[in-house]
Order: sequence, then C-alpha cells, then structure tokens
Amino acid sequence: MKKTSTFLAVAALLSSTAVVSAETLKWARAGDALTLDPHSQNEGPSHTMRHQMYEPLIIRDTSGAFVPTLATDWAPSADNPNVWVFNLREGVKFHDGADFTAEDVVFSFERAKQPNSDMKELIGSITAVRAVGDHTVEIETDGPNPILPSNLTNLFMMDKGWTEANNTVNVQDFEGGEITYATTNVNGTGAYRLVSREPDVKTVMVRNEEYWGRNDFPMEVSKIVYTPIQNAATRVAALLSGEVNFLQDMPVQDLARVDGTDGLTVKQAPQNRVIFFGMNQGADDLEADNVDGKNPLADVRVRKAMSMAINRDAIRQVVMRGQSQPAGMIAPPFVNGWTAAMDGESSTDLEGAKALMAEAGYGEGFSIRLDCPNDRYINDEPICQAAVGMLGQIGITVNLDAIPKAQHFPKITDSKTDFYMLGWGVPTYDSEYIFNFLVHGRESDIGTWNGTGFNNADVNAKIKSLASNTDLDARNADIAAIWRVVQDEQLYVPIHHQVLNWGMSDSVGIEVDPEDQPRVKYFTMK
Amino acid sequence: MLPFILKRVFQSMLVLVVTGAIAFSMFTFVGDPIDNMLGQERTMEDVERLRARLGLDKPIPVQYFKFLNEAAQGNFGVSYRQGREVSEIIMERAPATLELAALSAIFAVVMGIVLGVFTAIRRDGFAAHFIMSASLIGVSLPTFLIGILLIYLFSVELGWLPSFGRGEVIKIGGWTTGFLTESGLKALILPAITLGLYQMTLIMRLVRSEMLEVLRQDYIRFARARGLSERVINFRHALKNTMVPVVTVIGLQLGAIIAFAIITETVFQWPGLGLLFINAIQFVDIPVMAAYLMMISVMFVVINLLVDILYAFIDPRLRVSAK
Repeated sequence: MKKTSTFLAVAALLSSTAVVSAETLKWARAGDALTLDPHSQNEGPSHTMRHQMYEPLIIRDTSGAFVPTLATDWAPSADNPNVWVFNLREGVKFHDGADFTAEDVVFSFERAKQPNSDMKELIGSITAVRAVGDHTVEIETDGPNPILPSNLTNLFMMDKGWTEANNTVNVQDFEGGEITYATTNVNGTGAYRLVSREPDVKTVMVRNEEYWGRNDFPMEVSKIVYTPIQNAATRVAALLSGEVNFLQDMPVQDLARVDGTDGLTVKQAPQNRVIFFGMNQGADDLEADNVDGKNPLADVRVRKAMSMAINRDAIRQVVMRGQSQPAGMIAPPFVNGWTAAMDGESSTDLEGAKALMAEAGYGEGFSIRLDCPNDRYINDEPICQAAVGMLGQIGITVNLDAIPKAQHFPKITDSKTDFYMLGWGVPTYDSEYIFNFLVHGRESDIGTWNGTGFNNADVNAKIKSLASNTDLDARNADIAAIWRVVQDEQLYVPIHHQVLNWGMSDSVGIEVDPEDQPRVKYFTMK
Repeated sequence: MLPFILKRVFQSMLVLVVTGAIAFSMFTFVGDPIDNMLGQERTMEDVERLRARLGLDKPIPVQYFKFLNEAAQGNFGVSYRQGREVSEIIMERAPATLELAALSAIFAVVMGIVLGVFTAIRRDGFAAHFIMSASLIGVSLPTFLIGILLIYLFSVELGWLPSFGRGEVIKIGGWTTGFLTESGLKALILPAITLGLYQMTLIMRLVRSEMLEVLRQDYIRFARARGLSERVINFRHALKNTMVPVVTVIGLQLGAIIAFAIITETVFQWPGLGLLFINAIQFVDIPVMAAYLMMISVMFVVINLLVDILYAFIDPRLRVSAK
C-alpha cells in the first residue's frame, strides 16, 4: 500500500509540468526559420516566424483576399500609370517605441533590393520608392504593374533608425555565414516580440501589448513557444501528450488518430499547391524510353492518353486517404485565371486512352522512366507508384525512380528528365506566376521550371505582355487564352490540389491558411 | 616502442585522409545544395553565381584539398542551411550529445554489470531467465522503434515524461546543461535509455558469460573450500577477473554511443550533433557533413590508437612483432 502511494506521488510529480497554461501557444512543425533577417531567405517557415513579429504593408486572409496591414489603402496613381500610391497606417510603433513612417517604408524597400536580399526578384520591377509626407509612399515601376500589391505580402517593414543604429543596414550575407544584429534580434511592428531564440531548438515570443491592432484582433495568445520537431511520429506524440497544442505538417496517416482523440481537432483547407506530372515533348528522341528515333511524348494524343489513364479519385481515396482534391489544371483554386470548368477537364477513360495510343501509333505501348521526389510533397512516392500501375493499363511500362528532393529538382532544371513529378504554389495568386515559370519557353531568367521543352513564340509573347497590361479585363482574357493552349496541348498531367492539415487542441481556435502561414494574432484560446 | 607508436600514428593519419576522400566523393550523390539554398524564383545566373561562390564548380579533389587545408587551420566553413560558422554550430550542439552519451554510458555500464552479475549468480532463477529473454529485445529491436515505444508509453499514455527536446537548459560558459533543472533531467531519461539499451544488453551478456567462465575456475572452487563468503567470492575474486575484456568493450562502445546517437536524437528531437548531421544530409549541407564525418573519424581513430598503444604496453609480444 505504501509502495503504491509513493508510486502515485512520483507519478503526480512527474506529470505536474504537463499542465497546460491556457494562453501559451505551444507550437511545433517540422522545420525552423533559417534566419530572422526579414529580407534574407524567401522561404515558408522563415516567413511564418517573421509574420508574428514583423509586418508587410498588406497580408492575405484565408480566402486569398488582401487585408490592409501597415498600409490602409492603395491604388494606382491617377497621374502616372507606372506609380502605385500607398497610404500608411498612422499611430503604429515599432517594438522599441519608434514611430512607423513613410521613411521606414522607403528604407525597407531599398534594403530589400540589395544584392544579398532574397526578396529582390519579387520587387524587381520597382524603380523608385518615394515618401510623400509622413504617411504616404509612391512606388514607381519600370512599366505599368497591375499586380504589384501581390508581390508585397511577404515584404516586411523595418525601422530605419534601429537598423542604422545597430549596423545592420545591409542584408546578411547568408552564404558567407554572416551574422548581423538583424539575424538574431527583431524590432518589428508585429503583434509579438522576440524573447529568445535558439536556432533549430526553440523560439519564444510574447504578446506586444502596444500593438496597433491590440483591440481589433483576438490576440488571446500571450506567449508563443515554437519548437521544430522533425520526426513525424514524435511530432504527433507531442500533440497527443499535450506538450504541444498546435501542430503544422501533420502526417496524413495520423489524421484520423489525432482527430479521434478527445480534446484534439484536425482542421483542413485546400492548400496553395498543385501536384502534376511534366512530360518532355521538346526532344527529338528521349533517353529514358525504349523508342528509337522518335519521342512518343511529342504526340499530343499520347499526352492526352496518359492523362486519361490516371484515376485521380483512386489516388485521392487510396493514396491520400481523402486528403486531396483531384485537379484538371495546374493552378490552385484561388488563383486568378483558375476556372471550375478547366479544373474539371481531367477524366479517367481507359478505353479512350487505349484508342488514342493506337491512333498515335503506340498501340503496343512503350517504356519510360518516371522521376519522382520522395521527401517533398505529401505521399509523393506512393502517388508515383499508383501512376505506374495506372499507366501500365494502357501499355506504358513505367520505371519509377524515386529519390530525395535535393537530387530530384536539379534533374528538372538541368533537363535531365523526360517524365517527372512537380508541385507548384502561387504566392502572387495570379496565373502570370505559373506561366512565367512553367509555360514560357526555357531561358536563363524565365521558364526556369519548364522542363517540357514547350516553347511557343505566340504564347511566350502573350505571357510577357501580361506584366504590364493594366486593362484587367483584356489581361484576364489573355490569361484564359493561354490556359486554353496549356489545356489543349496537355502540357502537364494534373493530379491533385494538396489539402493542408493543422492539428490543435480544442482550446485553440484558428482556421487553416492555404499558404500554411498561421498568424498568431488571429488565434483564440479557450 | 616509439617506432611502433609512430607507425600507428602514421597509419591513423592515412585512415583519416582516406575516410575524408570517400566522404567527399559521396557528397555528389546526396544532391545539389544550390537547389535548397535558392527559392523557386531563382534564375540561372543566380545558380551559377552561387555555385562559383561556394566553390562547387571545382572538381571534387580540389574541393577536398581546400577543405583539408582550411580544416587544418581550424576553419570548417559556413553551414549552407544556417548561414553560420560550422565550428560554432558544432560547439553549440556538442554539449547536448555529450551529456546524453555520458548518461547512456553510465546507464549501460552500471545496469549492464549489475544485471550481468545477477544473471550469472542466479543463473537458474526465474528472474535471471526473464532478464535474459527480455535482453533479447534490447539487442534485436531497432533503436527508433524502442524510442517510439517509450514515447508512446511514457509520454502519450502515462504523460510522465516529455517526448521531445532537452527541457530547460542552463548555460555555464560555452556549455549548456540539462542536469540542473527538473525538466532537463526528465527530458534525459527516455533518450538515454533508448541510446544505452543496446550497449547495456551487450555488456550484460558479456559480463554474464565471462562471469560464468570465471566461476568454473579452480581458484573459485578453492575459495569456496576455504569457506569464504559468497559475496567475497563473487565480487572480490570473480568480478574483478571478468573486468579485463569488459573494459575493452566498454571503451570501444563509448565511441559508438556518440556516433550512433543520430537515430535517438532524431526520434526525440534532441538538439545534438546527430540531429545536426541528419538535417545536413537532407539539406545537402556539405560543410556540416564534412566536419561531422571528420570529427567522428578522428574520434574513432584516436580511440583505436589508444587501445592499440595500451595493448602494446600490456602485451610485450605485440611490441616484438612490430619491430
């Protein structure tokens, strides 16, 4: 009896630290931010961390619509088509108490255009940023730029005075191993302040009581403890045991388990990422096939047949356990240019596919290698395995080569693959971004991810003209026309839109953001 | 004696250089680091500029020579993933791994010897049979599975111990320790058991078989005949004589504990060198991989060298044949 009570006492003592403090968000995901410098490393987890402490002029809500943040409103200038005018929020203070003014915006843009900045490509069209009074800025571009605001949602504002005083005007030289004041310290306008940070181990933030939107947002989390946990099983165990109450990067196989656990919920939303196969139609002969002197993928009938052989519903049910949305075009649903009609254009028709193959002269089939990553997308390798079986039904013998992403992606950019898997997210929410990288013929600074060899002068010219077309109706008509070509050419075989899952305890209230960017100021805590 | 040691040192240097060369030629197969370092918006110029800047456009032997040259001056380069000096990152991560390894080693040695002696003395008892059967688990189950099972039992089901991380650590100079806080100590328990279990069963089985061997010797029988107590026989006479081979194995296994902490650290998100190395492989962080592999090979080479030299002291025959 005595033994039992000692045992219970020890158990109680050991479990006492597991008691959850209601306002602390204990947050885990697979990876950590690479740096805190706002203009270095244009990368998801780094932006997520910055979004809690720094702010851009504009952010997007979960539907993709713009939300005024440090800018209250913005519009193209009436006098000059190359200029956008942004009115800034008044009364905003940085964490150190300094006022946020137009001068800081000008400074931040200049900093983000430096050679070491990772954000410079997104604002490459900007030629000048001018302060017009304390709370207005004019941004001039090298031509009319109708979608400029889309490129500013991850462009964070720094305080000019603080940055200069701490010798951190230059963006860190990341590859050179430079550590600056801004890589380890934060002075933003955001809803949370940095308390401590150990890279890859733990980052702690506390609520900024002087935040300009203190009363406009829930801001019920008073303290954030962010821990990267790499191993998927450990990550889920931490959520199940209550050591963590908010989890990103949920493994698909554990969704049902977590959702079925008392006190835990899984929330989901379609993610801003579409998964598809690319086919090299440009080469005269393929290296990775068994057809000599000809390229079967150059025949649009073969590409159509391949798309018709893929059973997207089966992939959704069996491979993805329901966590995907079959796709008919390679644009995520909230992107400008996406249409439900085109997204529904892919259908499974084995007989039709076989007929097309025979018509193209490949009734006997052929063999080809499929290159696939095994550590990049949700269930990437199993999707490819499923595709191998499906394509086998129309006589295409597929040899699967599934390798880590660090080896897979160079194959696409170096044209070392004829048939490959790729996923694409669209940070600007506009089709132009997709066309620039995936449809325009490959050149050194455009079409860099287009491994299909497709290079159509008309389409290229249309894509280039999108950048400066201010007539939005005409621009949208061009976008629709380009999509029609992409669809009719079956440039890619779309598979599905990924679904994003966040796991959380019932006390945490937040809706899933399609860009996987939780902003803690929106969180409610019970 | 001196020629023998010099010859051994020379051989060790050769092993190091060869290990490094093999490691460097393997890095090309891990993937292209550039791809992870630049976002999807990069242009071909960006790629080429960065490749030239990192020296990755040069042939492998040139890269290796540059690495050796700089490493000899104590410069291990800059991590591609974290953008910080590799030597600084390694110094920051080493305490976590060393504390974990030390605790696992203590656990393995103490429990191994105690259980080994127990199962040897009570060789026919039920408890001894049970321990021997259970020890098969330690030998045959892979480390990650043991780790996951322990997490499931003690963190998820019972909620007693944390499933990841080091808990609160206290900084003393350049060292961080988890030994001084309650959460730090609790965080050590599961990973230390996971990491030390294999070594513990190994030591236990070794002690048991050595002990059984010794207990059959004539001098033990004579000791019994003299009427010495069982305790004196077992611990003063028998155990002492079983320790010679056991100490050798323990020495060699200590290196293995540090080197093989990789899996345990990944399962428990233990912020040590093993986790650093796994991250480096996934990101193709060549400077970190190179520094870690060289560090581990130096460690093993030094341990082996010391063992060789010690043997030479103990066994004169080795000295003779070395001449």
